[in-house]
Amino acid sequence: MRPPVTAIGADPLPPGALEVETVGMTMRFGSFTALEDVSIRVAPGTFHALLGENGAGKSTLVKCIMGFYHATAGQLMVGRREAEIADPRDARALGMGMVYQHFTLVPSLTVAENLVISRADAPVVIDWAKERAGLEAFMAAMPFRVPLDQPVARLAAGEKQKLEILKQLYLGSRFLILDEPTSVLTPDEADEVLGHVRGLCEAGEISVLMITHKFREVTAFADEVSVLRRGRLVGQGHVADLSHAQMAAMMIGAEKEQRPVARSGLRGAPMLELRGVKAADRSGLKEIAVESLTVHAGEIVGIAGISGNGQMELMEVLTGQRAARGGEIRVQGVPYGATRAEAQSHAVRYLPEEPLRNACAPRMSVIENIAFRSFDRNGAGRRFWLSANEMRAAARDLIGAFKVKVADPDGPIAALSGGNVQRAVLARELTGEVKLLVISNPCFGLDFAAVSEIRARIVAARNAGAAVLLMSEDLDEVLELSDRVLVMSEGRITYEVPAAEAKIAEIGHYMGGHAA
Amino acid sequence: MAVVEAQGTGGGAMAALRRAEPVVIPVLALLAGLAVFALFLLTQGKSPIAFFGYVWQGAFGSAFSWMNTLSRAAPLLLAALCVALPARLGLVVIGGEGAIVLGGLAAGAVALPLAGVPAAVGLPLMALAAMLVGAVWIGMAGALRHYRGVNETISSLLLAYIAIALMNHLVEGPLRDPESLNKPSTAPLAEGLRVGMLPGMDVHWGLVFGIIACVVAWVLVERTSWGFAARIAGGNVRAAEVQGLPVGRLILGFTALGGACAGLAGFFEVAAVHGSANASLAAGYGYTGILIAFLARHNGLAILPVAVLLAGFDASSGLIQRRMDLPDATMQVLQGIVFMAILMSDAAYGRLPFFKAKG
Ligand SMILES: Nc1ncnc2c1ncn2[C@@H]1O[C@H](COP(=O)(O)OP(=O)(O)OP(=O)(O)O)[C@@H](O)[C@H]1O
Ligand SMILES: [Mg+2]
Repeated sequence: MRPPVTAIGADPLPPGALEVETVGMTMRFGSFTALEDVSIRVAPGTFHALLGENGAGKSTLVKCIMGFYHATAGQLMVGRREAEIADPRDARALGMGMVYQHFTLVPSLTVAENLVISRADAPVVIDWAKERAGLEAFMAAMPFRVPLDQPVARLAAGEKQKLEILKQLYLGSRFLILDEPTSVLTPDEADEVLGHVRGLCEAGEISVLMITHKFREVTAFADEVSVLRRGRLVGQGHVADLSHAQMAAMMIGAEKEQRPVARSGLRGAPMLELRGVKAADRSGLKEIAVESLTVHAGEIVGIAGISGNGQMELMEVLTGQRAARGGEIRVQGVPYGATRAEAQSHAVRYLPEEPLRNACAPRMSVIENIAFRSFDRNGAGRRFWLSANEMRAAARDLIGAFKVKVADPDGPIAALSGGNVQRAVLARELTGEVKLLVISNPCFGLDFAAVSEIRARIVAARNAGAAVLLMSEDLDEVLELSDRVLVMSEGRITYEVPAAEAKIAEIGHYMGGHAA
Repeated sequence: MAVVEAQGTGGGAMAALRRAEPVVIPVLALLAGLAVFALFLLTQGKSPIAFFGYVWQGAFGSAFSWMNTLSRAAPLLLAALCVALPARLGLVVIGGEGAIVLGGLAAGAVALPLAGVPAAVGLPLMALAAMLVGAVWIGMAGALRHYRGVNETISSLLLAYIAIALMNHLVEGPLRDPESLNKPSTAPLAEGLRVGMLPGMDVHWGLVFGIIACVVAWVLVERTSWGFAARIAGGNVRAAEVQGLPVGRLILGFTALGGACAGLAGFFEVAAVHGSANASLAAGYGYTGILIAFLARHNGLAILPVAVLLAGFDASSGLIQRRMDLPDATMQVLQGIVFMAILMSDAAYGRLPFFKAKG
């Protein structure tokens, strides 16, 4: 093993929470500057929030700290000493750890196995009895837990994120970077997890730098906040001194926020109908069963529920990725098999969650990814020969209209920031005539301005007569957008209520699986 | 955990570098492979300089050696397509040898009752039979993958062994020409059913068809909506499914198309080279094709120069055996080393110092 890297000073770093500071950090990708002269100090034992629009450079900054990127200029100070971090192993050796926007666990392994193999010093031959005892002791001392014997693939998103944080604590991290850790959690779960993280800060065990788009979390849990805009540090302060409006103003500068679109139009004919649809869930052990579900034209039906209760499977059944065991799916009154031709003739669009994983080819270019829906269409007809010029022109228009921040449209879409991937996919799916829109967590990882813009677009589609089926783990989002609210729990629709009469407590009750 | 170096994007210079990367990395890998091979030669007490000198002489040094090289390039072009086409869908098919062998056998067998038929009818029928058999053979690997989730790499390799055994069984049994004493073969093709040489050259027509096939494959993949759909499925099959693309049909189609190319190679081997189907069909072209496709990054146009290069190595092996007293297997050692280098170079994308986005 390599010794921990400390450039200056041979003494080991003091125990407990680390102090971490970036000094004049600058990062260029080719001619594009993602980060310019950013200096942020996270004092030991504090909880520091990092805010910024999509593409502002937040992930880039933390990747520079963790050694994934090598900053073009600037310095990193750890415990008041200059630290040279060549790669993430060095960062880890110093006690710095990161929890990502997306999961890094090995799905086929159990929780215990994931924890053990994550250690840099994991032995070649693992003494499981001993590790087991150690893990149990560790879990018992933690403020929150995940069952050690579960395969990670069976964990819901919320549980996975808890495990990611536990893993960092298990590795002995004393400075924790959280990149949008709560995107996949319900508000209650998020409060629970962040509450524990805050507790660890107050106990002086860790310092935290958290990227988030949620002001509520900043106010509730953070001590200090820094705001990035277009790669520059544009504001900093104590959370106690700042209102949400002030933070928002720092984030977006002079730009105007999208106003919510008013609802209009009448509910039309049934567009999507599910009757007795059953399918295996992802573990293959349980079943999801939707007795009856109808979405009308000009209506948004929101499905609330804690992640892992069958929403993903329902989405896959609707997209044709998962075979339904019996039952019937109709669109505009005719049986629907989710082929490309059917989706096109009925103007059905899908926005699956985690677009980079479910709706993009990461190594293909931004232009090509935007063309996925239209590359074989020529107006109303089909085309055999691709048209590179049309693809490029259409992508340019959509990138402009949806304000996707793209340094190089011919570069791989994986190089875009998380929020901008989401925007690119939305741009692709929300243009043209839309009759049925099936959406899952559309605002995952978007900044607040983008969130209100996307929600406005969804409402606008509804007003224009589209039927919208919205699955979201964000209950506020479901309540804000839906005309009708359903609750999904353990693979079933357990509750239905018109949005006007919806009560949060009642819905929460059903989300928790306490069907009356 | 690996360091993810920032992939340079943004700005014209960066875009140009990004385009250069898929050329530069395989070339460097090839050179690295050759360097390791040179070390290997030194351990054998042979001079690498002499070796590469003979390669040059035997492959490209004279009109005669060029003809020899190009003749060998013909089947290699088609064999490489058998790997490259499915690869665009993310499938690694390595059993092209089986389709070549069975394609050749089909051509030889179909020719038997066609003895008196004019070439304009007979040859297309033979070629069609060869392509059909090849398509079914590799298409089977695709079907197993799609319907049964069987790994296509393993299944295509096993199918290749079955194909060779099947061919041996048939040419030594039911299809054997009693006249063929030392080397069991099908009956020799009628004179009218032989494919001739290109005008003014000592290279058969297979070269032209191989080149056409590579160009067509490139156009199919890069310029048509089918190819685009295949690239989406290869890039992320979940995204392709959400878009409603017929992933199963694409897998079957592209594997069958690759198999048809390999089958066509078998047809030319029989109709232009051997004159009958026999064990010489299993000459290893299918395996060299794997190396070519990977070196060419599964790009139809890039296959052209790479196949000629590898054919050159092949063509010079006789000379090298004679002059340097090296065993026949030397060329396979060389191919193996280069292949390892190519596979390892995959990790280099986005990480080479001059492609790094550093200020
Ligand atoms: N590897 C890369 N190559 C080229 N450009 C990149 C790369 N990584 C990031 N960028 C660009 O740098 C900018 C900042 O990206 P970053 O991921 O830091 O944004 P972010 O603030 O985390 O946004 P989000 O809230 O959407 O996650 C973006 O415009 C992005 O396209
Ligand atoms: Mg980010």
